[in-house]
Amino acid sequence: MSADSTKKTIIVALGVCIVCSIFVSAAAVSLRGIQEENKKLDKLKNILEAADLLTDVKRIKEIYSENIQTEIITLKTGEAVLEEKFDEILNIENFDIKKMTGTPKYTTTLSQSRDLAKIKKIPTHMPVYMVKKDNKIEKVILPIYGKGLWSTMYGFIAIDKDIKTVKGFTFYEHGETPGLGGEIDNPRWKASWKGKKLYDKEGKLKIEVIKGLVDPSNPKAIHQIDGLSGSTLTTRGVDQTVKFWLGEDGYKTFIERLKKES
Amino acid sequence: MSKYKSIILDPVFNNNPIARQILGICSALAVTSKLETSIVMSLAVIFVITFSNLSVSLIRKHIPGSVRILVEMTIIASLVIIADQFIKAFAYDVSKQLSVYVGLIITNCIIMGRAEACALKTPPKLSVLDGLGNGLGYSFILIFVGFFRELIGSGKLLGFSVLPLQTEGGWYIPNGLFLLAPSAFILIGLFIWIIRVWKPEQVEED
Repeated sequence: MSADSTKKTIIVALGVCIVCSIFVSAAAVSLRGIQEENKKLDKLKNILEAADLLTDVKRIKEIYSENIQTEIITLKTGEAVLEEKFDEILNIENFDIKKMTGTPKYTTTLSQSRDLAKIKKIPTHMPVYMVKKDNKIEKVILPIYGKGLWSTMYGFIAIDKDIKTVKGFTFYEHGETPGLGGEIDNPRWKASWKGKKLYDKEGKLKIEVIKGLVDPSNPKAIHQIDGLSGSTLTTRGVDQTVKFWLGEDGYKTFIERLKKES
Repeated sequence: MSKYKSIILDPVFNNNPIARQILGICSALAVTSKLETSIVMSLAVIFVITFSNLSVSLIRKHIPGSVRILVEMTIIASLVIIADQFIKAFAYDVSKQLSVYVGLIITNCIIMGRAEACALKTPPKLSVLDGLGNGLGYSFILIFVGFFRELIGSGKLLGFSVLPLQTEGGWYIPNGLFLLAPSAFILIGLFIWIIRVWKPEQVEED
């Protein structure tokens, strides 16, 4: 049979595809466990990074368990969920935003006008991570997520004990354009969030990511973060995500609870 | 013996895919801001090009001319996915920095070029050596560029401080240009210059 006959062509094409797909799926399946483990560790690392506690990358798990206390809160009330209410989906160890929003009883659907972060539905409960010293809160780290240009961006914002000042900001999962929107991973940009004030004197939410550079002489500069050039839509997504999660449908009740407690 | 040696070493100095043929520049600019990413990328490319040459060469007599490119692409794409899966499993941080560029090895013209120009006509043993040689040629430049970009751009090598930065109490003021992609152009340009001074027969005539 000549190599160029129709029959041979189909056989070769089919054969190559089957062999290749076996190799690809074998690699994907056998390595999935390690990859998931990496992802979990990376999430812990990002929590520590947002909290400014990442002193040794080799001891992530130890530092995490020494410093971070986790609570699951009900977004509507801001109160912690008691441990006896935990079940397979709602628990601290395996909390997964995607699993939560896939379970109707743990999901709040957002109307379009309230859905700043463009995520359509949110979990009714979220984990919050706290760094405590002598039983007083030093820092609190809140998970946030929202739509950028291409992808849903998952990250953390850390707030200082005054419940006003940003202590850290980071994304651990996103699919924005490398070099443009992907610059939300840029350490220098992330560092520019530190020290910004979330609220003005009246307690109104004022934090915003603006287009272009922040003018330091502007009195609003303390609430503003530079936009990233070449990524207007990603930047807007970040801005809306932060506003959404600190707003009424997000952590507002929890933040008020913290203010009362302190 | 010297024949095999020249197959491997030729693409490193005499016929370097980046410096002589100016192929594969895209990834050479994108991933070389640090030495670590350059090394991981190099290993991935060496793996893909060696095995793609081997597989194409093994079935070269059975590949029909009409779907030749498709068969090559399928093999290369599969190898790239496998490499990507391994990097995600064993070098997660680097895989985050490399992001799409590992996937883009599929479109790296060096690999396709070697499959077409060599593996389709050459027995497996020589094809593997040819793939290895071209992979090494690519890596050589990537590591050269990555070395200087990380050293000059951030005063570090593989993340360890070599030139103490002024911001950390040292004396070195890093040159930020070297963290940006255009610096790779400058370095590759310099590299081509050096290699052509050393081997004047590579200079094209006007």
